[in-house]
Amino acid sequence: MEGTLITLIGNPNVGKTTIFNALTGLKQHVGNWPGVTVEKKEGEFEHGGKRFHVVDLPGVYALTAYSIDEKIARDFIVREKPDLVVDIVDASNLQRNLYLTLQLLEIGANVLVALNKIDLAEEKGIKIDPRELERVLGVSVIPMVASRGEGIKELKDAILKNLGRKPEPVKYPNFEPYIERLIRIIGLDGRLVKEYNPRWLAIKLLEGDEDAKGIVGGSPLRDEIMRELIKVKKELQKKHGDIELALADERYGIISKIAESAIVEREERMTFSEMLDEVLTHKYLGIPIFIGVMWAVFKFTFDVSAPFSDIIDWFFSWLGDSVGTHISNDALSSLLRDGIIAGLGSVLVFLPPIAFLFLAFSWLEDSGYMARAAFVMDRVMHRFGLHGKSVIPMIMGFGCNVPAIMATRTLEDEKDRLLTILVNPLMSCSARLPVYMLFAGAFFAGREGTAITSMYLLGIGLALVIAWLFRKVIFKGEPSYFIMELPPYNRPNWRAIIGATWSRTEKFLRKAGTIIFAGVVVVWLLSVTGPGGYLGSEALENGALLSKSWVAVIGHALQPLFSPMGWDWRAGVALFFGFIAKEVVVGTLGVLYGVGEENLPHVIAASGTFTPVTAYAFMAFVLIYVPCVATIGAIKGEAGWKWALFAVVYELILAYIVALVIVGIGGALA
Amino acid sequence: MVPLAFLDEGARGKIVRITGGHGILARLTAMGFGPGREVKVVRNQMAGPLLVASGDAQVAIGRGMAMKILVEVE
Repeated sequence: MEGTLITLIGNPNVGKTTIFNALTGLKQHVGNWPGVTVEKKEGEFEHGGKRFHVVDLPGVYALTAYSIDEKIARDFIVREKPDLVVDIVDASNLQRNLYLTLQLLEIGANVLVALNKIDLAEEKGIKIDPRELERVLGVSVIPMVASRGEGIKELKDAILKNLGRKPEPVKYPNFEPYIERLIRIIGLDGRLVKEYNPRWLAIKLLEGDEDAKGIVGGSPLRDEIMRELIKVKKELQKKHGDIELALADERYGIISKIAESAIVEREERMTFSEMLDEVLTHKYLGIPIFIGVMWAVFKFTFDVSAPFSDIIDWFFSWLGDSVGTHISNDALSSLLRDGIIAGLGSVLVFLPPIAFLFLAFSWLEDSGYMARAAFVMDRVMHRFGLHGKSVIPMIMGFGCNVPAIMATRTLEDEKDRLLTILVNPLMSCSARLPVYMLFAGAFFAGREGTAITSMYLLGIGLALVIAWLFRKVIFKGEPSYFIMELPPYNRPNWRAIIGATWSRTEKFLRKAGTIIFAGVVVVWLLSVTGPGGYLGSEALENGALLSKSWVAVIGHALQPLFSPMGWDWRAGVALFFGFIAKEVVVGTLGVLYGVGEENLPHVIAASGTFTPVTAYAFMAFVLIYVPCVATIGAIKGEAGWKWALFAVVYELILAYIVALVIVGIGGALA
Repeated sequence: MVPLAFLDEGARGKIVRITGGHGILARLTAMGFGPGREVKVVRNQMAGPLLVASGDAQVAIGRGMAMKILVEVE
């Protein structure tokens, strides 16, 4: 890390990401905070001949040690001592935002306030005088409308100008003498004074903060400090009762005074937001509207993306053919055509629907609707032991489970998060759709829509039932308390929406691109080679030759396992490779039946290897059994190997049971 | 003093006490819903979370938690 270290902090939904992007442009990189799965964004920029290294902290409301996000933010400011802390304050919600500002000043950080969303505040009838706010807070205040790029230049100038300042600490009149008494003793330990702000330590000790106790615990003056602390606390409790509460009260008292003098005009208005909420969070209308919105999202996604997918499909088959005809070496040309190019094509065909789905989701999130969706759905989710916020990753799972599992990070409680992760693969992702289309087309002609829809419903039903079961058995207890801010509705900020869409799509591309691609090449390799050596590229078109390949060996080994469901060795092979990515099932069956994907439904229907019942069981099995490799990777990244393995095992068992039940019921009815 | 969950839609009250752990207390306080704050119930459907406003902030609060927030009705 070189240059001057500055950090961005603020409540959630204040436009922090927009400001971070505006400051750093493309010079940023995303990682994780050490030891936790909270995203850490860093970037760089230059201004006035100085280099700045920017660290974006998680969105927080306060700096207690109760949540991971708050602890990360606080530890960073306390330990790394950034040269400047840019505190982004939502002008339309001044009081609540100032609570964090006060806590930053308590730490003794060099704070600069970016007063964002002044346009929204004015719309709500609130007018703030930034100069007056500057005067009462004792730090610089830069008014901005970051979504329109207003105030970015001023912010950069102010960052440069404010380096090396030391703002005055906030005074808490009712507590000053007590804080002083503690500071006097803490101040005797030179090491503590050098590393921490004694005033902050004193306040935190009064609040009963565990971390502060730990810090003081390492001091040679530990006993003296603790003795004084106990005395001071006793006196304070007599006067104010609960000290943490009284301090919070004191902070809010100061904030009210600050807001009073800084807000120069205020009128009550029924905002557009409130009007929308009347309808969107309505008792009876809320859930139907939510379902309608989701339906529109999927309709948009599939309709708009279809031509793009067709173009990609067409391009790769053209590329494969022309490469095939220009290279005479059979093994090499087959590797390129059937392995690499077909593999890339099979992954990239899914890019358009996934990108458009994420675009729609990012827009809904940016607009503020997603928070309402979590609100109206909490009642339903709660019944199954899930959290209202679980609804968002679950719906994202219809696109791709990889980013969906990463989206569970918004759930703060570990149990809620694990549960949401574990049931997520049951949400039928877009990669499973081609499998349903193939079998529905072959065996349920005329009723394809019903057959396919029933798969989605089966997935949702199983996810809820399994969630309920796991909550009863593994994650005992209630879902954590539900508390979530409902930000005012926003006009779309396209830069932020495109940015979020890209970062999610990129995750899919990077994870899926490498793994699925490698997987398809492996399928190719195992198909054109066998115990007897290289079989030649005809193996892919010639069933007799293919039965001598490694693929056939695997299929025959798996067959006994699948015989209760009445599936032959080819189904076993397809499922084996479907583990790489579920859409590979279709491609593999195409290879095994020796036909292109467009003729596959007729050939499978005519071959007699499936009946409608066993085909339906096969569809259900594909829906449920092992998440794809990329999803397993995502689960491992978010929850660890143990849970990734657990997900694989429970889903295999569940898939087997469900398929058997379908075959059993189907057999009994026939 | 009654639990916040018992207030009707549109009712206003002043938070008096929050029972149920310092984590919840700290969180609510930071979000502007600490003791002493005036709140207005925007949505209360007698099942599922409540929608509560304080100042310019609006939050969804689960019913279980709303039972632990004691208010004085005005």
